[in-house]
Amino acid sequence: MTEKQLMRGSHVIGEAAVRAGCRFYAGYPITPQNELTEYMSEIMDRTHGGTFVQAESELAAVNMIIGASMAGARVMTSSSSPGISLKQEGISYLAAQELPAVIVNTMRGGPGLGNIAPSQGDYFQATRGGGHGDYRNIVLAPASGQELADLTRTAFGYADRYRTPVMILGDGMMGQMMEPVTFPDPMDPAELPGKPWKLDGARNRQSRVILSLLLDTAVEEELNWKLFRKYEAITREIPSAETFLTGDARLVVIAYGTAARIAKGAVKALREKGFRVGLVRPVTLWPFPDRVIQDMSRTVHDFFTFEMSTGQMVEDVRLALEGRGRIHFYGRPGGTIPTPDEIAGVIHTLYDRRRLGGIP
Amino acid sequence: MSKKIFGKPRYLKDAVFHYCPGCGHSIIHRLVAEVFDELDIGDRVIGVPPAGCAVLAYNYLDVDMGEAAHGRGAAVATGIKRVLPDRVVFTYQGDGDIAAIGTAETIHAANRGEDITVIFVNNGVYGMTGGQMAPTTLLGQNSTTTPGGRDRSRDGRPLDLSRMLALTGGSAYIERTAVHTPKHIRRTKKALTKAFKVQMQGLGFSLVEIVSQCPTNWKMSPVDACRWIEKTMLSAYPLQVLKDEVGDI
Repeated sequence: MTEKQLMRGSHVIGEAAVRAGCRFYAGYPITPQNELTEYMSEIMDRTHGGTFVQAESELAAVNMIIGASMAGARVMTSSSSPGISLKQEGISYLAAQELPAVIVNTMRGGPGLGNIAPSQGDYFQATRGGGHGDYRNIVLAPASGQELADLTRTAFGYADRYRTPVMILGDGMMGQMMEPVTFPDPMDPAELPGKPWKLDGARNRQSRVILSLLLDTAVEEELNWKLFRKYEAITREIPSAETFLTGDARLVVIAYGTAARIAKGAVKALREKGFRVGLVRPVTLWPFPDRVIQDMSRTVHDFFTFEMSTGQMVEDVRLALEGRGRIHFYGRPGGTIPTPDEIAGVIHTLYDRRRLGGIP
Repeated sequence: MSKKIFGKPRYLKDAVFHYCPGCGHSIIHRLVAEVFDELDIGDRVIGVPPAGCAVLAYNYLDVDMGEAAHGRGAAVATGIKRVLPDRVVFTYQGDGDIAAIGTAETIHAANRGEDITVIFVNNGVYGMTGGQMAPTTLLGQNSTTTPGGRDRSRDGRPLDLSRMLALTGGSAYIERTAVHTPKHIRRTKKALTKAFKVQMQGLGFSLVEIVSQCPTNWKMSPVDACRWIEKTMLSAYPLQVLKDEVGDI
């Protein structure tokens, strides 16, 4: 464990990645995540066995990490929304070829070129796979500097354990923000569990193939069911959410990432005024922490989803609740960052309208 | 006492090629396997097949292989080679794969001087998808998407990717050969051997472009396809060393 140090979010991801044994990074410039690419160029240069490649495109970057992952390395690429769209081809192949990889999306306003301000418009793309074919990505949504460090290590662990791409879904705010962070001790790639599937030359063994072309429909169907079973295991094993002051809550706010930080400020302010409000912050967006929200619906009837989009995660909230609660939504898309006061005001109005009472 | 003068190379699997009669891929696969044998590198080779007719190369070449998306071979190979610099990494790509959808990946891998070997099979059409125009299709040549022949104002002119790659700072050895006669097949094997040696000595990016026959999509007999290469295709794609920064090795 390191001493506490003040660090920018983008740098935290880079530092945590290398400490998790990442030895190959390929990236392409795009704002607001260039600090991560720059950090990787510097840290890989002084890390034994580390490789940094500035690729000619997002497509090339993701395909480079495919090759490096085939060769057995822990690998990462990063980008921001428009660049992540370009990476979707490779993410589909990573899923099909069951290759571990970590992909960081520092979301910005969109669609199209959009802007460079923090946004949460890529939730659907991230949690529904994003590329072509029947697959899912594990999606982790950090909300603090320390969590960026912790979840980056978790991401590499999940990628290897499940042989699947893992996306860290942040935004420009998370990337730029400076917070105190401690890092776990570095992992030695040589001491990580072996990868008996990797391609390193067929010395004293049969030759291996890593492929995704399965012309025989029975074989392709079997791959799809195999992936399905893996996704079922992931859905059982890793859903995670933070709950905050939900014990006696009459209204629960659901938000992730930067939106959750803003919402937490609003919840704290409202609590001081006697409103019985709490917060659920999904940490895994896929698998979505259904159970946490379902369990709450026994005592809470009003769920307020707040997103920096026009409403994407709210669909998963609806699916989780299956009609067992009233769902409200408030969104600020396009790179706008509302204040906790604004959100508190919206919740206050809703609280009164729903006559949730309990205010002294 | 009889002397063995020909045999199946060690790194070719016991499988029947799916390629059409008269196709050049079967010959090129055998040559690649022979080179692995002769350089004794088959157990440290990692290959990257393309999207295209040769995607099934892993059914024949008995070495580790990792399939790339269409055109991305050079990027995938870059990732493999950077992680395992002491292995021998090659891509095997058709003209549509390398000279259309994969142009950017290929040019930049060459320019970075990646120590990889690219086997570029140029038959002037998209074979697997049924004979559409490729960037390499000759002017006037019929394809399923140039029914009256490739027209320079509508379709552009044939692209000589190898010549472009020779201009990059990181390419060390680029040669264009063919496999329509025994003489050319022998020359191709020499070029492949040299290309892999360039990589093994860490001298930079190496590529062999092999002009190859596609009787099926050219709608010719195998013999006519070989004649057409000699008479027509080689005037657009003259066989030559396009770059050699290494000399005899």
